Amino acid sequence: MPVNPAFAGRTYPPAGPYQIEREQLRQFAAAVGATAPACLDPAAARALGYADVVAAPTFAVVIGQQAEAQYIRDPASGIDFGRVVHADESFRHHRPIVAGDRLWATLTVESVAERQGLAMVTTRVDLHDAAGLPVAAVTSTLAVRGEPS
Amino acid sequence: MRSAVAGDRIGPFTVALTRSDLVRYAAASGDSNPIHLDEAAARAAGLPGVIAHGMLTMGQVIGPLVDWAGGDPAVVASYQARFARPVPVPQAGAAELLVAGQIASVEPDAVTVNLSVTLNGSRVLAKAQAVLRPKHGARRRV
Repeated sequence: MPVNPAFAGRTYPPAGPYQIEREQLRQFAAAVGATAPACLDPAAARALGYADVVAAPTFAVVIGQQAEAQYIRDPASGIDFGRVVHADESFRHHRPIVAGDRLWATLTVESVAERQGLAMVTTRVDLHDAAGLPVAAVTSTLAVRGEPS
Repeated sequence: MRSAVAGDRIGPFTVALTRSDLVRYAAASGDSNPIHLDEAAARAAGLPGVIAHGMLTMGQVIGPLVDWAGGDPAVVASYQARFARPVPVPQAGAAELLVAGQIASVEPDAVTVNLSVTLNGSRVLAKAQAVLRPKHGARRRV
């Protein structure tokens, strides 16, 4: 089934809360080779003025991809996850993500376009906190390969 | 960052990615796409073999910039990249990325850095750029 263009422009209700845990941030930091002590050690984070360990710069993608799944994993989207390759990604941070945060994620399907046999799907996930204040925006474009003919 | 001027270089650094790094990133990120874990699935998707998560590459190569800026990860105000080429990761050994930063512009409250990331001389990230905006934690260095 081809990728369904009818999803373009759709915004989903906020998903969450996502409870951000210290161990989760430390494991992510270790997995991306982050050496900044504030990502790993609560005392080092406190020395920089944070309540607890701080997320590595790309951590927001973890929440972003969970939120994206509402769309990507929906059979009606027409996206075969096995044929998906990541095309590009961007982050805009409004404030640091710190262990103990509770975040909500609002997913928007920005565009669905065909390009040279690939379907290019761009999503944006806006993260906000319990006070409703913006935390980060994660924009992701996936290339979905067509079925071999 | 205080004395940074446009054109200054950061690095180069090398980042080595192994199959076990991919397994660890899949677990830590929840990104379980089998093209990063399973040779057969990668080939079925039309790839030459298992490739690194684009987000693993992007996550790994920003670390040296955070360290350069003084160690506060929140210094990264924005960060973007295009995944220009897949990064195949061999079953044994590692894919070795060469990472080099160059300062594109310096403003009073922000330093923009362009990142070059290559594998065997070919660019794997395109338009990779980070804007570093010192916050309270980084004040000692800026």
